[in-house]
Amino acid sequence: MKKVLSGNEAIARGAYEAGVRLASAYPGTPSTEILETVAKEYKSILSEWAPNEKVALEVATGASYAGARTMAVMKHVGVNVAADPLMTLPYTLVRGGLVLISADDPELFSSQNEQDNRQFARFAKIPMLEPASSQEAKDFILEAMLISEKYQTPVMLRTTTRIAHSMGVVEIHEPVEVKEPVLERHPKEWVMLPANARVRHPVIEERIKNLMELSNSSPLNIAEINNTAIGIIASGVSYQYAKEAMPDASFLKLGMSYPLPDKKIKDFASKVKELWVIEELDPFFEEQIKALGIACKGKDVIPMCGELSPDIIRQALAGKKIEKPAQPELPGRPPSMCPGCPHRGMLWALRRNKAFIAGDIGCYTLGFLPPLDAIDTCQCMGAGISHAHGMSRVFGPGKEKITAVIGDSTFYHSGMTGLLNLAYNNGVALIVILDNSTTAMTGAQNHPGTGLTLMGGKAPEVNLSEVVKALGIKWVEIVNPYELKNTRKKVKEALEHDGPSVIISKSPCVLLKSKAVSGKPLKVDNDKCTNCKVCISLGCPAIEAGADSIKITSLCVGCGICAEICAAGAIGGAE
Amino acid sequence: MNILMTGVGGQGIILASDILSEVMMRAGKDVKKSEIHGMAQRGGSVMSHVRFSDKVFSPIIPYGECDILISFEELEAARYLPYLKKDSKVIINKFRLSPPSVIAGKDTYPDILPLIEKVTKDTTVVEGSKTAKEIGNPRGVNIVLMGVLSKYLDTPEELWIETLNDMIAEKIRKINIEGFLKGRTL
Repeated sequence: MKKVLSGNEAIARGAYEAGVRLASAYPGTPSTEILETVAKEYKSILSEWAPNEKVALEVATGASYAGARTMAVMKHVGVNVAADPLMTLPYTLVRGGLVLISADDPELFSSQNEQDNRQFARFAKIPMLEPASSQEAKDFILEAMLISEKYQTPVMLRTTTRIAHSMGVVEIHEPVEVKEPVLERHPKEWVMLPANARVRHPVIEERIKNLMELSNSSPLNIAEINNTAIGIIASGVSYQYAKEAMPDASFLKLGMSYPLPDKKIKDFASKVKELWVIEELDPFFEEQIKALGIACKGKDVIPMCGELSPDIIRQALAGKKIEKPAQPELPGRPPSMCPGCPHRGMLWALRRNKAFIAGDIGCYTLGFLPPLDAIDTCQCMGAGISHAHGMSRVFGPGKEKITAVIGDSTFYHSGMTGLLNLAYNNGVALIVILDNSTTAMTGAQNHPGTGLTLMGGKAPEVNLSEVVKALGIKWVEIVNPYELKNTRKKVKEALEHDGPSVIISKSPCVLLKSKAVSGKPLKVDNDKCTNCKVCISLGCPAIEAGADSIKITSLCVGCGICAEICAAGAIGGAE
Repeated sequence: MNILMTGVGGQGIILASDILSEVMMRAGKDVKKSEIHGMAQRGGSVMSHVRFSDKVFSPIIPYGECDILISFEELEAARYLPYLKKDSKVIINKFRLSPPSVIAGKDTYPDILPLIEKVTKDTTVVEGSKTAKEIGNPRGVNIVLMGVLSKYLDTPEELWIETLNDMIAEKIRKINIEGFLKGRTL
């Protein structure tokens, strides 16, 4: 039977067909839909949102040690968080097949960097598969499980946004039988004390040699010999782009892209006149191929940054300058915080207090945009709190107004340790937790604070203010960010407080059918409006500038913060 | 065949392109579709590439190879001109949503037809939003526009109806199929 599936949906199907028993993940674009699909469509798999990616990989490791097939799913930067367990995991004995899904984001559609996670496969010395279509995304999960179990190693399956989010026709199959877990003890292979780890290291080195032989013989690495004037080595979506651009060329398509198939590459190179390596981001293949003593062309003309495309490849291979065709400049539509977003009032209040606002990863990062202009740093999950602490420590108390904002899901992910550090080291910064009771940026996933699990079950709902107090913060206030006057007052008090302070700005995401807003657009009394444009400074998409007075459009959900800051009292009740 | 669907987040482009892909798979084609989602994109530009043929490689359309561009919003029809060629068909829904800089009074809403007609003369403006409103289903503009698009594709009406029946929730199925059929008359 055939279905049209995205790469992510295909991976979920692949997990089902391959007999995966447990999958753990933290949501992150472009990987989020994998576990959402598993939870919705394949309920025989135990699926969990973990508070962060390190936990997700460790949970998967436990399942594997118990003999079950398992996967941990994350975006590229999530692997950084999981890097600690990842680097030692290959030393240990993998029992049930264990697949790490790394979804990379060339072009930074929704990420803070565009790191190339193929480097992690080499760094951790684990095999890597790279699907080039939805069909392969599904099929490669079973392949990865078989490799994982045969070679007793974790396997990385690396996608990119274009594979994860593109849809294609997939022939689906029936699932294999799910293996029952059996408790065993393997202390020499699982307790990584120096004495044991020292013995295990040579195992990895021997294994990676054996895996290179597998890579040489694997049908996942296929040479397609056509016109031999040009030979192209590529993997993933780059293969599809190159195939589109140069349909008659010869190809070596790499489905198993680490370790590289040295013999196949040498053989392929000997059959073509001009060898090209076409890959997005780093010269990962190119450097290894050059180290084999094989001459090839690649990053001297193929860009290091951003996505590739058939057009870029055509231009590069034709020896032309790579440039985008002309497009008239049009007014843009940058992403923005939604009308009625509960973050808006809090960010505005902080900015009005002339605070420095260390930011984090979430919808509120969009508060960076003008006119709100209310985010001063954004680096990685959980970083904002520690940025604020480091800054306020060097300035000393009372010198500068240093604050940080962080979302609830991000706080549980990796903000708690930062806050613990701040309390422990007698920090003085104001930390605002923007608690909208969901993981909003990735499309509203549950987390430990929502009282619901990924599979829809009930869970204990974390009491955020009690957590904050338990970490050592004594000054804690909960505010409703739509009550702007009170919010401003509490911000002022917190900034004047001699010691660390936390404000929990609590109101649900407006996309969650929030009852905190009326849902009815407000209206403007044109006679009263002085056109002072203070309301425009909120950056709300529902407020339009006009010649004589402002306008409120049908996008308005009636949150009312513009009415609260309107000195002329020109904005009023629902129509 | 390369089809580009453009518009603004919230207009139902993703579902529309899912339906088109499903129809083409059922028609026996190889299909690939690509769009980007993830950031809080409400009100952001949305572009979906749908390609079908006996065999499709790249999930994105190369520049100058778009056969039909259907835009759910007027300005968005002119945002991706490099994908067009001189005989591309361009279908534009008569509907304007001001971008933030126009809202803030810094830009004016541009006149887009002359921009497009520098590349292709084959442009059609359709009353998709008006039609959806008239039948009492303003959110169903995406399906009305699929009706319009279907006129230019060599796929039988029954296959579309059958697919819509399978893909649209029962509560809103009847009114959307009505919208689709109305779209075929625009």
